[in-house]
Amino acid sequence: MEDFYREYILDHYRNPRNRGTIEAPDITYEDSNPLCGDEIRIDLTVRDGVVDDVKFSGRGCAISQASVSMLTEMIEGMPVDEVKQITKEDVLEMLGIPLTPVRVKCALLGLKVLKGGVYGIDGAADDEDL
Amino acid sequence: MAITTPSTSTIDVESIRAHFPILHQEVDGKRLVYLDSGATSQKPLAVIEAEEEYYRTYNANVHRGVYKLSEEATAKYEAARVKVQRFINARSGKEVLFTANATAALNLVAYAWGRANVREGDVIVFTEMEHHSNIVPWQILAQATGARLEFIHVTDDGYLNEDDIARVLELRPKLVALTAVSNVLGTINPVKELTTRFHEVGTTVVIDASQAAPHMPIDVRDWDADFVAFTGHKMLAPTGIGVLYGKRAVLEATPPFLGGGDMIREVHLGNTRYADLPYKFEAGTPNISGAICLGVAVDYLTELGMDRVREHEKELVAYAMQQLSEVPDLKVYGPPAEDHGAALSFTLADIHPHDLAHILDRENIAVRAGHHCAQPLMEHYDIPATTRASFYIYNGHDDVDTLVSALGRAREIFQL
Ligand SMILES: Cc1ncc(COP(=O)(O)O)c(C=O)c1O
Repeated sequence: MEDFYREYILDHYRNPRNRGTIEAPDITYEDSNPLCGDEIRIDLTVRDGVVDDVKFSGRGCAISQASVSMLTEMIEGMPVDEVKQITKEDVLEMLGIPLTPVRVKCALLGLKVLKGGVYGIDGAADDEDL
Repeated sequence: MAITTPSTSTIDVESIRAHFPILHQEVDGKRLVYLDSGATSQKPLAVIEAEEEYYRTYNANVHRGVYKLSEEATAKYEAARVKVQRFINARSGKEVLFTANATAALNLVAYAWGRANVREGDVIVFTEMEHHSNIVPWQILAQATGARLEFIHVTDDGYLNEDDIARVLELRPKLVALTAVSNVLGTINPVKELTTRFHEVGTTVVIDASQAAPHMPIDVRDWDADFVAFTGHKMLAPTGIGVLYGKRAVLEATPPFLGGGDMIREVHLGNTRYADLPYKFEAGTPNISGAICLGVAVDYLTELGMDRVREHEKELVAYAMQQLSEVPDLKVYGPPAEDHGAALSFTLADIHPHDLAHILDRENIAVRAGHHCAQPLMEHYDIPATTRASFYIYNGHDDVDTLVSALGRAREIFQL
């Protein structure tokens, strides 16, 4: 259990990085997990095809919040084309904790929102299986 | 059934547990502490065996065959209706309709009674503490008819807001939908008093008794509500069986909901004469084994005594509230134990209920985390979710103690 709620997970939960909103974002997208009501919104600005600024807002469990916080750190300065390539395995590896199927949904909500944003709404629907 | 002597005023939890096979499994040497009966109850052996017996020995369709099996199935199905009738003190079996669950029962009222009686501009009222199944059907009805929705909000300590009640009474609503007991706050609402007040202004009263019927004596004649819905799986019966009680005169005047077999007297190509109550509202092959098992569940509860069930749970909830109040940073929602049913919602510091439920699961404690199908209530308290422990006849102080010590573990893990 200590394994699960590691120091850095709690740190990201209590001191989230890039928390907030962007006034005039190039991309904004939000989604929720209807089962638990967790909701996340991500705002991005893009300059020359690269993520210039990123902020997230919303609320949820330690896993979903730590995951999205770490994800925003990961994509700062990353080309949008690369952001599109991020897989769920990448996110689970980044979290570095063993997860049950229910908690995997929590962990991947941030990525789902991010992909919904960078692909546009239609792309998100195609990526149902995230 | 070998239940403890009826003369003792309290329930002997150990002897009850002996009837519930599922409670005897362990994970990593840890006993199952099941605190999610508000979502669905566990089933006693008597119910499990009744289901098996039906399929093994007298499975047949009801109300149709002239052969022995069908007669037996029909007799047992109808006997279950009489058991439920007595359990809720309805005047007649004609007032007891079997449905799939509480949701189906409430939708039956919304679609059949609602579409026949609700007109544009009419007012429909429900409360902020309703389960989604007692919200969404009324929204759909309002959209279809042009009726207007009005709400009774809750106070911060979990009661219905009296100012709102007074305000909506002035509007002489067509219908009010009210839960007898909140599945989140635990609030026991004064059903009888409110029914009287709404009847005085000509309002039809629909009661959601899903969290009441399993836990306390209910008397539909005393309540005097027009409709009362509840669901079998929360009261020891299998899933897929529920009940809608309706006052006979109201049901007689209500057109059928689903059309099909079993609900007819005569069918011609151009028109149909409907069957009498209760069959008018039971189109299609019903959940025969479910109804029979609900009858067995009702027998079990009746033998135990619903007064004792209530006393047991009131004592247990009072104990749980007291123990939980000693956990730092823990906030309990809802009224004090006298007015509190079997569901206890709480939050612990900044630990999200999902994380908390996950940590408790590691101790083999099953609780619910989430919005409990009551999102308007979460909005009221401005929280995304709560953790809910809900109790039943097989829960005792030991379950509360295990919960409280696991909450201590959760505090450590979250470095509180
Ligand atoms: C108060 C209340 N009403 C209605 C329901 C719906 O019951 P069912 O899902 O069996 O229809 C529930 C169960 O979650 C409930 O707690």
